[in-house]
Amino acid sequence: MLPLSGERVNAKGIISEKLDSLDTIRGSSTLKRGFAHMQKNGVVMDVTNVEQALIAQEAGAVSVMVLDKLPSEVRKAGGVARTASIKIIEEIMDSVTIPVMAKCRIGHVSEALVLQETDVDMIDESEVLTPADELRHIWKWDLTTPVVNGARSLAEALRRIEEGASMIRTKGEPGTGNVAEAITHIKKVNDELRTIKSIYDSGDNQDLVRMAREFKVSYDIVEQTAKLGRLPVVNFAAGGIATPADAAYLMSLGCDGIFVGSGIFSADDAQERANSIVLATTFWNESDKVKEAQKMIDERQSIHGLDVKTLELRMQDRGGSA
Amino acid sequence: MSLTIGVLAIQGDVLENVLSVKSAIDALDIDGTVTSVKTPDEISKVDGLVIPGGESTTIGQLSVTNGSLNVLKEKIEQGMPVLGICAGMIMLSKTAQDKVVGKIDQPLLDILDIKLERNSFGRQRESFESDISLNSIGIPSFNGVFIRAPSISDVGSDVEVLSKFNEKIVAVRKNNIIGVAFHPELTTDISLHKYFVNLTNTLKN
Repeated sequence: MLPLSGERVNAKGIISEKLDSLDTIRGSSTLKRGFAHMQKNGVVMDVTNVEQALIAQEAGAVSVMVLDKLPSEVRKAGGVARTASIKIIEEIMDSVTIPVMAKCRIGHVSEALVLQETDVDMIDESEVLTPADELRHIWKWDLTTPVVNGARSLAEALRRIEEGASMIRTKGEPGTGNVAEAITHIKKVNDELRTIKSIYDSGDNQDLVRMAREFKVSYDIVEQTAKLGRLPVVNFAAGGIATPADAAYLMSLGCDGIFVGSGIFSADDAQERANSIVLATTFWNESDKVKEAQKMIDERQSIHGLDVKTLELRMQDRGGSA
Repeated sequence: MSLTIGVLAIQGDVLENVLSVKSAIDALDIDGTVTSVKTPDEISKVDGLVIPGGESTTIGQLSVTNGSLNVLKEKIEQGMPVLGICAGMIMLSKTAQDKVVGKIDQPLLDILDIKLERNSFGRQRESFESDISLNSIGIPSFNGVFIRAPSISDVGSDVEVLSKFNEKIVAVRKNNIIGVAFHPELTTDISLHKYFVNLTNTLKN
């Protein structure tokens, strides 16, 4: 049993009520983190309209993430990127049976509340949008709807979990079609997990509390994570995934699933690409299946991609120091 | 002979079910193992199977892709015990209707004669925990974790209702087939997994 607890006493997101005459609770950690557990071994796809959402569902996506523009287009457009049009989110919710997620700006509590009221299934407090508050993320324990956050390191991941994130994903570098940053981030998280696990196993509490201070989180969450040897919530890969082989590699590094942003609908062969990335994510440890998936796409139709070193805007740095 | 229980590992919370089945095997002190299975070959070797929670459209489509859907159907029809959880129960059904979208065309095992509605209690914000009971199988109280859960409004004559939440049917059994709308693997209570392991053990011997 993986820990779904880590409950906060008096979290405002928890609602106790009667459904007909029966006692129920909503918004508990079991329900919020549990939702993320149902997404495991699956692919969440960024979409901007109903047509793309239907292609994603048909391909076997476990959820769609609704944006106003794909991350690569956000990057090109510049300006301020905000949460998607509620009308489009609702149209998509009425068209697909799989869960629908949407992004809000980092720290923008009201955008998150609007998305919760819209009844999206999960909120992504995302660095793809322009941060509303560079220093403070949303206190997610106050939401009944689960929230996923990006992280580049174990410290960032644990800080977000302490704020109430029900799921973590790597930040990678969104909208680049370049998987290098996502790989760097998951390897860093894995590395740091190994470090704290070995400290925990050696019984050196003095060093564990030093790590907690370095990470700027509580001793308790470091101890819980170290004991588990993995993040206490579901952890997906995201940021720059463009091909089936990208997805398979990230799964092999221990990610629980995959978010694909621009990689599918910025490519010229979106449908095939969607199918192939799902196939490679599901069967990542069967090399013949990954090859079969990779054969379904045409490299000449992949998103052109950007070298991270040349970027003017590094989305991954947003909210990272907080 | 040693018992082998599989957890279908196409998509969803596979590991959580592996851990629950393992705890159940240990608690019952049965000579058995639990393993995650994905390919038709792996599926053909198990004595009982858990189809975990996840997204039923994903699990359905991908089990068609790798040919495991047919093997699953064949084995279940031959009497292999199966526990379908949430998406797993949807997979077992003959038809699935969505509360908002309506009739859905998705690959299903077409085994259990139930009238099933997907996302029956609403979207994620409406997901809830509540105490339920499965008295007829000796579980008087169970913490039901309902996540975007389906429910059943009517069952065929050969399907036994194990539990209801208000008027909605949330657990059913037909001989070797059990379907539940909630997630026992997300709780520390292993009584339902124990019931399933016992059932598999009895049918094997």
